Amino acid sequence: MDVLSDLFLDYTLRTVALGSAALGIVSGALGAFAVLRRQALLGDAMSHAALPGVALAFLITGSRAPLVLMIGAALTGWLAAVAIVYIVRASRTNTDTAMALMLSVFFGAGLVVLTFIQRQPAAGKAGLDKFLFGQAAAMLESDVITMASVGAVGLLGVLVLWKEFKLLSFDPDFAATLGMPTRRLDMLLTSLLVIAIVVGLKTVGVVLMSAMVVAPGAAARQWTNRLGVMVTLSALFGAAAGVLGALLSTTAQTSTGPTIVLVATGLVVVSLLFAPTRGLVWTRMHAWRSQRILALEAVMSDLAALAAQHSSDATRPHDVAALHAVRGRALVDRALSELAADGLAQRHDGGGWSLTPRGLAEADRLARLRRAPSDFL
Amino acid sequence: MRLRTSNVLAVQATDLTLAYQQRPVLWDVDLDVPQGVLMAIVGPNGAGKTTLLRTVLGLLRPAAGEVRVFGRPYAEQRRLVAYVPQRGSVDWDFPTTALDIVTMGTYSGLGWVRRPGASERSRATAALAQVGMQAYADRQISQLSGGQQQRVFLARALVQDAQVYLMDEPFQGVDATTERAIVNLLRALRADGKTVVAVHHDLQTVAEYFDQVTLLNVRRIAAGPVGKVFTDENLRLTYGGRVAGIGGPTNGTEHEAHL
Repeated sequence: MDVLSDLFLDYTLRTVALGSAALGIVSGALGAFAVLRRQALLGDAMSHAALPGVALAFLITGSRAPLVLMIGAALTGWLAAVAIVYIVRASRTNTDTAMALMLSVFFGAGLVVLTFIQRQPAAGKAGLDKFLFGQAAAMLESDVITMASVGAVGLLGVLVLWKEFKLLSFDPDFAATLGMPTRRLDMLLTSLLVIAIVVGLKTVGVVLMSAMVVAPGAAARQWTNRLGVMVTLSALFGAAAGVLGALLSTTAQTSTGPTIVLVATGLVVVSLLFAPTRGLVWTRMHAWRSQRILALEAVMSDLAALAAQHSSDATRPHDVAALHAVRGRALVDRALSELAADGLAQRHDGGGWSLTPRGLAEADRLARLRRAPSDFL
Repeated sequence: MRLRTSNVLAVQATDLTLAYQQRPVLWDVDLDVPQGVLMAIVGPNGAGKTTLLRTVLGLLRPAAGEVRVFGRPYAEQRRLVAYVPQRGSVDWDFPTTALDIVTMGTYSGLGWVRRPGASERSRATAALAQVGMQAYADRQISQLSGGQQQRVFLARALVQDAQVYLMDEPFQGVDATTERAIVNLLRALRADGKTVVAVHHDLQTVAEYFDQVTLLNVRRIAAGPVGKVFTDENLRLTYGGRVAGIGGPTNGTEHEAHL
């Protein structure tokens, strides 16, 4: 496996890796805000809506310069976002419907213009269709420089207006009462998201670009409870998915966009399963453990109650048949053997059970704890 | 900064009218809040209580009417007004801590771009202590109970150091500890000469917690000192006869509200 050494020696691979890292960082950082503001689908609509912009920009200017195509993409992508907001505000159409509508209208228009261009004899049309599913291999140094500079504008916006965007994402009404121009901030943050989308458009493609907006943020949310850490992690995840996916697709000659998205999805799956505190595995283990502890406590308090009925001899053995009947044989037996292993309960010769003196004290402590008002309420 | 303009109302909204589609939500509503009182806004569901608060705050644009704070338009006096929204209006799974939420109350004093620093954080910590939440400063906000989240919102308003506090259902779904903490806080604010307007649902506690009340059902039914205005007759007018024998000043028998 010498992809790694090629990475530093091979010009094409190095270019691809740098460009994919740039697009991943930008889409990851801004995508984190989209995830928190529940605008994942807006990202999808905007990336599809960028296609007619790419095609029209080429048609009008005849140029395939990355900046020209990016500006075209940003304009129609942004237009779609404005149209969605306007439709929702002016009519009774809900956001879902408005987004689906704009996504298909703009994407359809983009395909129409694209097929029109394909039939033209004009030179230099080749490669526009790559905007559908993306292509990393054709990336040039000039592409990378454009992507990095445009992306830097997006990142800078987030850094400068960090506290404004944080408050806007958490509680826009409160932000408005502080005198913040929330509508304009909202527009600005959405525009920065458009920037993040157009940076990755040629590499990942309009069809799957939204995954690069959503996946890193969704994965990052699992690992942290701090916004700063989440946005940073999201940028790193985006970069990792971009670089890994682009290199894999270049060496294996698969479509770049889908490969990047598969890698990003892998990160999401791992995060959903294994992140501490929020991960599925962790929550399951936690639930299982607390159920076990509850079972132990229940059986202890049962035994303590039986002991209380015979105050003369607290450690006198009791028949646990009644416990079996009430709580289930398997649960009671497992709990009893665990209690015995901890020295809290003991089995007597006749088959009866009782708490040990230490078990009695522990049961008493727990009962007192349960009666005390919880500070959590 | 303490305003000693005794004859100017802390909040004065006149002729507020607001409609969704064709349905009026507020109709020609006045709100007169003297300085230094605790006022409850009371009325049935859909009476426009929250809408009234949001209109006063400029979050909704009324079809008619204006809002003045200490005699001047609200837009000029924004800094004097703090807002405590309903707890359910935000996503508590947002990745941040209780202290960070409270620090948000300092943002208006910071202006653009500048980040909160040590002095903002220490003010926020003090505000958390005021609501008995200093031990939870670094807690992720989704790990707080409902009452604790409510207290975090109150602390965020306290740190704004405003003159007028507008609260939307501060007692909604909170435990007894928090309810006591909020009541003590309201009284401390009043003792400081501050003014509080709160949307309130529990008719039984109106007389105990508040000095003044505005009874609202799309129109303003009555407003004034609780002792004068909070009567069975006015409540019947507000709730459309669906309230049986609420404790007005003369009636201490059945305290039952059907909302």
